[in-house]
Amino acid sequence: MSSPEQWTHPQPGDSSAATAAKPTPEQVIAGLRATSEGGADLVQLLTPEGERVDSPEFDRYVTDIDGARLRSLFRDMTLVRRFDREANALQRQGQLGIWVPLLGQEAAQIGAGRALRPMDMAFPSYREHGVAWCRNVSPQDLLGIFRCSDHSGWDPVAARFHPYTIVIGNQVLNAAGYAMGQRFDGHVGDDDGEATICFFGDGATSQGDVHEGFVWAAVYDAPLVFFCQNNQWAISEPTERQSRLPLYQRAQGYGFPGIRVDGNDVLACLAVTRWALDECRTGNGPMLIEAFTYRMDAHTTTDDPTRYRLSDELEAWKLKDPIERVRAYLSRNGLADNDFFEEIAAEADNFAAEIRDFCVNMPDPPPDRIFSEVYAEPSPVLEAQRAEYLSYLDGFVGAGER
Amino acid sequence: MMAAPAKAPERSATTAAPQLTIGKALNHALRAAMEADPKVLIMGEDVGKLGGVFRITDGLQKDFGEHRVLDTPLAESGIIGTAIGLAVRGFRPVCEIQFDGFVFPGFDQIVSQLAKLHFRSQGKVKVPIVVRIPFGGGIGAVEHHSESPESLFSHTAGLRLVSCSNPVDAYWMLQQAIRCDDPVLFFEPKKLYHTGSLKETVDPTASPDPLFASRVLRSGTAATLVTYGPSVRVCLDAAIAAAEEGTSLEVIDLRTLSPLDLEPVFESVRKTGRLIAVSEAPSESSLTSEIAARVQQECFYSLEAPVLRVTGFDTPYPPTKLEEYYLPDLDRVLHTVDRALTW
Ligand SMILES: Cc1ncc(C[n+]2csc(CCOP(=O)(O)OP(=O)(O)O)c2C)c(N)n1
Ligand SMILES: [Mg+2]
Repeated sequence: MSSPEQWTHPQPGDSSAATAAKPTPEQVIAGLRATSEGGADLVQLLTPEGERVDSPEFDRYVTDIDGARLRSLFRDMTLVRRFDREANALQRQGQLGIWVPLLGQEAAQIGAGRALRPMDMAFPSYREHGVAWCRNVSPQDLLGIFRCSDHSGWDPVAARFHPYTIVIGNQVLNAAGYAMGQRFDGHVGDDDGEATICFFGDGATSQGDVHEGFVWAAVYDAPLVFFCQNNQWAISEPTERQSRLPLYQRAQGYGFPGIRVDGNDVLACLAVTRWALDECRTGNGPMLIEAFTYRMDAHTTTDDPTRYRLSDELEAWKLKDPIERVRAYLSRNGLADNDFFEEIAAEADNFAAEIRDFCVNMPDPPPDRIFSEVYAEPSPVLEAQRAEYLSYLDGFVGAGER
Repeated sequence: MMAAPAKAPERSATTAAPQLTIGKALNHALRAAMEADPKVLIMGEDVGKLGGVFRITDGLQKDFGEHRVLDTPLAESGIIGTAIGLAVRGFRPVCEIQFDGFVFPGFDQIVSQLAKLHFRSQGKVKVPIVVRIPFGGGIGAVEHHSESPESLFSHTAGLRLVSCSNPVDAYWMLQQAIRCDDPVLFFEPKKLYHTGSLKETVDPTASPDPLFASRVLRSGTAATLVTYGPSVRVCLDAAIAAAEEGTSLEVIDLRTLSPLDLEPVFESVRKTGRLIAVSEAPSESSLTSEIAARVQQECFYSLEAPVLRVTGFDTPYPPTKLEEYYLPDLDRVLHTVDRALTW
C-alpha cells in the first residue's frame, strides 16, 4: 500500500489537479490504519508477542526500567484494568449512573502517566482513569463523577491533575494556557523544568479548541505535550470521519514534531512521553504524541457498539492486548514467576472488593450542595435563594434526614 | 415568510395511523421531511449507523444514504457553520446537537451568522436550518447532559425557538420547522423521548396547528400555569392533583419560545388573575422573566398576585443525584400555586 505521504504533497502538473490532490478513500483508511507498514512511524519497544525490539532513538529513555520497574508497570495496568471492570459492573448493578471504560488503553495511560514528574501538570478528558492512578488520585475519588454525586472528587491543584473535562476539546486550550504560564514563570529551560500534558481523543482532533490549542502552544513555545489517544473510534465514528491524514502528521502543519507510538506498548509510551516531556521542559515544546490504541469496550455503558463495528476488529486487537505482552515478556525472560502473577491477581481482587465497598456506601450529597461553591466570593442573592429553598424543604415531613 | 403548511405525505390507505413516542414521532417526521424534499439533509455526530445517541435518526442513513445523513467530524461549530453554507447553496440542513451542553462550540456560528444572515443580507440570503437540541434534565446523566440553554438563544433576534411536549406536536412541529425559511432551534424534551405512557396516535393525514402558536392544554379558573417542553407533564400532573383538591388550574404549553406567543397567556390571566411560569432553566434573565415582565404590563389590573416562577436555581446544573431537588416538580408547583392563591 502506498504511503499516505504520496498524496499529501502533490506536484503541480503531475496529473489533473483533482486526482493529484485527493487521496482515494482506500488510501485515507490505509494511511490512518497503517502502523507496521509505517516503519519508523510507529514507535514500538515491545511487540504484541512480548518481544523487545531495539530502538536507537528511544531505548535511552527506558534504561532504568529493569525487572522490578516493569513488574510495577504490569501491576499498575492490572489494577487499573481491574478497577475499570469493577466500575463497569457497578454501573450494571445500578451503583453508578454511567461508566466510561478504559479497557485496552491501559498502556497508553500508564506509560504516559508514569513519565510525568511530580511538578508536571496533566489535563485529562474523561477516560483517563489510568493517568489519575499515576497522579495519586484514588479510583475512589473518580467514582463520584460516575455515581453522579459530584463533578470532581479531588484537589486538582494539589494532585496536578485537572478536573475531568467532558466537553470535547475544551481542556486542550486550558492546558495550553497552563503551559504558557509555566513558561512565563520561568520554569522552563533546563532539565529541572516543568511541562504539561494534555489528553484527548481522535474525535477531539476535529474540534476548533484543539486546533487553537495547537496554534497557541506553538506560538508561545509552550511546554505542552498533546497526548492523543487514537482508540480508532469516536463513539460510532471511525477516524476517517475526522481526518485524511494520520493524526500525528498534523503537528507538522502547526510547526512542531508529531510522533505515533504503539499505544498498547507501555514501554514505548513511557519512552516517547519521557522524550516529549523532556523536550518541553528544556524549552523545545510543544509536541504531539498519537498513541495508536483501541477502545476494547463500548464508548460508555450506555453505548451499543454492535450497531456500528464488527467483532472481528475487537478480536484482532485482543491479540495486541497491552497487559498480555508485558506478562509474556516478564515470563519469557524470567523476570516474574507464577507466584508474582498470582500475587497481583489476588491484590487486584482485594482492590476491587475495596472499591465496591466504598462505592455502595458513598453518601449522597446534601441538597444545599446545589448552592455552594458557585462563586469564589459570596453572592447574597444566591444565599437568599438557598435559604428560601432550604426552608421550603424543611416544611416537609422527614426533612430532618437531610 | 412562513412556508406553506406541511403537505400530507402519501400513505397507503391500509396503513393505520401509528402509536408513537416522542422519539419515534421525531424519527417519522424526519423521514417524511426527507421524502418530501430532496434538499433536506441531516448532519450531526453519530447520526448515521448509530442513529444518534437517542436513535432519533434511526434507519435514515440506511434508507437515504451517506450524502443525506452525514456523520460529521466531531465539531459543533463545524456542524452549524457548514450547514449555513449548505443552506446558502439551497439545502435545508437539520443539524443534531448531541446534548444541550454541547451546543456551545457552535454558539458563535448560531449567534453571529445563523441568526443574522437574513438581516445582514437585506433579506437576500435565507438560512432555513433546523438545529435539534435534546434538552433538560431528569435522566441521571453526568455534567453537560441536562441543561436548559434556551434563554441564551431567545435573547438573540433572528432565531426562532420552539419546543414540543408530546408526540403529535413532535411529528408536526419538526416538519413545519424544516419548512420554515428562518433558522429554527428545536428543543426536544429528552427525558420524554421514549416514555411509553405518552404514546399518541399520529395521523400523517391530519392538518397540524400553526407552528408558532401557544396552546391551552387544560382550562381552569383559579390560576394559570405556563410552561414548555419537559415541564408540561409536571404542570399537567399538578393540575390533576390540584383538581382533586378542588382547585382548577389552566395549563398553557408555549410551544414557541421565540418569538413568544403570549396572547393566549394574557387571555388566560385576565380570567384567572394568577400566573405561575414553570421552566427547568435558571430564572435570572430567562424566558420566565420575560413572561413575567410582559404579563404584568399587559394584565396589570387583572392580576390578584404577582407572577410567580418555579424554575431551576441560579446555579450550574447540579450533580444529578441532586437533580430531583433542582428540577421543578409537582410539589414545588403546587406550593407556588398556594402562594399565589393566598397572596
Ligand atoms: C463538544 C462535545 N460534543 C459532543 C460530545 C459527545 N461526545 C462525548 S464523547 C464523544 C466522542 C469522543 O471521541 P474521542 O475524542 O475519540 O474520545 P474517546 O471517547 O474515543 O476517548 C462525543 C461525540 C461532547 N462530550 N462534547
Ligand atoms: Mg476515540
